[in-house]
Amino acid sequence: MADFGGTDLEAFRAEVRSWVEANFPASLKGKPNPMAGEGRGEPLTPDQDAWRKAVGDKGWGTPTWPAAYGGGGLSGAQARVIQGEFARAGAYNPIGGMGVMMFGPTLLEYGTEAQKQEHIPPIVRGELQWCQGFSEPGAGSDLAALQTKAEDKGDHFLITGQKVWTSGAQYADWCFCLVRTDPAKKHEGISFVLIDMNQPGVEVRPILLINGMAPFCETFFTDARAEKKNLVGPLNGGWTIAKRLLQHERSGISGMGGGGMGGPSLVDLAKKYVGVDDQGRIADPDLRMRVIRNAMETKAFQQTAFRVMAEAKGNATPAAATSIMKNAGTWLAQERHELTLEIMGHQGLGWEGGDFDRLELETVRAWLYGKAFTIFGGSQEVQSNIVSKRILGLPDLTQAK
Amino acid sequence: MAVLTEEQSMLRDAAKSWVQEKSPVTAFRKVRDSGVDIGYDAAAWNEMAEMGWAGVIIPEDFGGSNFGYLSLGLVLEELGRTLTASPLIASGLTAASALILGGSDAQKNEWLPKIADGSIVATLAVDEGPHHKPEKVDTTVSGGKLNGKKVFVLEGIAANLLIVSAKEAGKVELYLVKSDAPGVSRQKLSLADSRGAANITFENVAVSDADKLTGGAELLEKVLDRARAGIAAEMLGASVQAFEITLDYLKTRVQFGQVIGSFQALQHRAAKMFTELELSRSAVEAALSAIDSDSPDVPELVSLAKAKMGDTFHLVSNEMVQMHGGIGMTDAHDAGFYLKRARACEAAFGNQAYHRDRYAKIQGY
Repeated sequence: MADFGGTDLEAFRAEVRSWVEANFPASLKGKPNPMAGEGRGEPLTPDQDAWRKAVGDKGWGTPTWPAAYGGGGLSGAQARVIQGEFARAGAYNPIGGMGVMMFGPTLLEYGTEAQKQEHIPPIVRGELQWCQGFSEPGAGSDLAALQTKAEDKGDHFLITGQKVWTSGAQYADWCFCLVRTDPAKKHEGISFVLIDMNQPGVEVRPILLINGMAPFCETFFTDARAEKKNLVGPLNGGWTIAKRLLQHERSGISGMGGGGMGGPSLVDLAKKYVGVDDQGRIADPDLRMRVIRNAMETKAFQQTAFRVMAEAKGNATPAAATSIMKNAGTWLAQERHELTLEIMGHQGLGWEGGDFDRLELETVRAWLYGKAFTIFGGSQEVQSNIVSKRILGLPDLTQAK
Repeated sequence: MAVLTEEQSMLRDAAKSWVQEKSPVTAFRKVRDSGVDIGYDAAAWNEMAEMGWAGVIIPEDFGGSNFGYLSLGLVLEELGRTLTASPLIASGLTAASALILGGSDAQKNEWLPKIADGSIVATLAVDEGPHHKPEKVDTTVSGGKLNGKKVFVLEGIAANLLIVSAKEAGKVELYLVKSDAPGVSRQKLSLADSRGAANITFENVAVSDADKLTGGAELLEKVLDRARAGIAAEMLGASVQAFEITLDYLKTRVQFGQVIGSFQALQHRAAKMFTELELSRSAVEAALSAIDSDSPDVPELVSLAKAKMGDTFHLVSNEMVQMHGGIGMTDAHDAGFYLKRARACEAAFGNQAYHRDRYAKIQGY
């Protein structure tokens, strides 16, 4: 791949710009990606589908993935050009979801050639959706305690067990799943397999959450079949792959800390709902001070994200600061939810109906859903364990004498 | 750690090895026990000046190296680690900034080379009460006479040159006043952190336009922001060292048959401190870099750095004592030094409450 810089990059920008002008349906301008997050429940509209197909065929939804598997095969600088040109046109990236964010990068790193040839192109084209089968009722923070068993049947495994918090399982075509292949060992008895969700031994039940929505499911496997060719990495070698995948997941979650939720700032909301004093300050001094603290902490978090990036360019190993980002980011996001709710008062508690505006209704749901931030992707306690043991070198507890 | 130039890395490494070799915390303990009025070891300060640290921000034309504020911050961070007492913040940072930003050529020529080579100590005399409130100035200049009282002046006993904020015709101005001028009287303060602070009274001290810096209240605010960012760098170093000493104790102190650092109750508090230190480092380095690039958001970034760093030093210094248990309460242990220095640094040039309010005011809420 040629190293595009300077004039080459400008030529590439011109190419992307005219391609977007020719292919992006005007009706979708400013709209979000229907396949982001947990995936789609409803079929795509003809315009949405045309845009998905156009970007997918170019590989520009996954610009830095290898062209051999349908990715863009482009440099980071070119990927930023695409991102910039899409943003300029008000176009979303139609290729998203957990296949892109978590599974794809992991399979590119650990998969065999045949696995990559089979599974990466449909992700690149946005044709198939993936869900994550990690947690179980008895294996949450202690993920390696998982019990879903895979029985060796020669050319395939039979999978039996229950997964929980499988995001988007109700829409998913495939599941990347951790299963127990050696009951005698803990971490070393786990394998990483890919399971077709469209088969009789798979049952999915959405779980209604406190925010009134059901982004996660319970997934039951009863003698579900997984082909041997869909074992990723070595038998009993799934834990290493799972840890790598969780890193991709956490970096996605911590991003919520910096940017805010979009929409009006806490300051603007406070001025609107609480009012200002004769000096233009938020009228409630206690609330004002807490809004200020959140704003300043958010700024320091953004500065740290920036510093981590700058240091990553200069050094081979990731900065120690990386390990703090999930907790720091999710604490800030939750605090922002709480402040928004407090600022809106009773008006922020509306569940549905015309007495409340769109932002008020979204606030109560976002506040409730936000409680999951410090639980999923490694709870805040697990994150603190990681920092204290891996970064600070504090020892494990031994049996008390 | 910010991405550094080769020169900056060399400066930091030089400071690090000098501090380890010549100025461990035992050196500060000696200064404290000696009760010396100036509050620092003059011989150590001479060595620091010889290495050029008093002139890091001073232009080469006036005897400095013009390395900038992030560079000076690296030195201050290393000195902060072992609580090295010196007039670097008062003289080589704060007073030097005032002269660089507001001095005439004659004023710069007279004073900057002497500040850069450490032959004199200069300081800013701004506060008039127990809380930092630079806009409240009762000290006046009228008919060529300076009258008033300044309190908690850093290195006020050692200083040869005072830069004094005073109101003249209702406007805040900064005046250069020699500390041995007739009408200047100094009273040493004995503070918990054992540094050389003083209250200074001015009684009909003769001043002229030749002693006045250019820039008034706006200049004062710029100078204060440089002082705040620099002291935040010292606080960063002290906090990191206090944390590392505490972490080391968690790994060696045995109770209930195991090292106490294996207890999750302490591990998670250590992880929290580490998180706060990383966030604080980002804020401090961003503020110093913003000063170097003369960015318009210096005031808010400095207030963020001073407030965030104050909270973190506060937390870490308290936890240092608590996690050390009884030994941390003894004067023989260093934990008390960090605790006392933390509160003095927090109060200097505006505490957390001051800077949170300032941050919001700058942004219009």
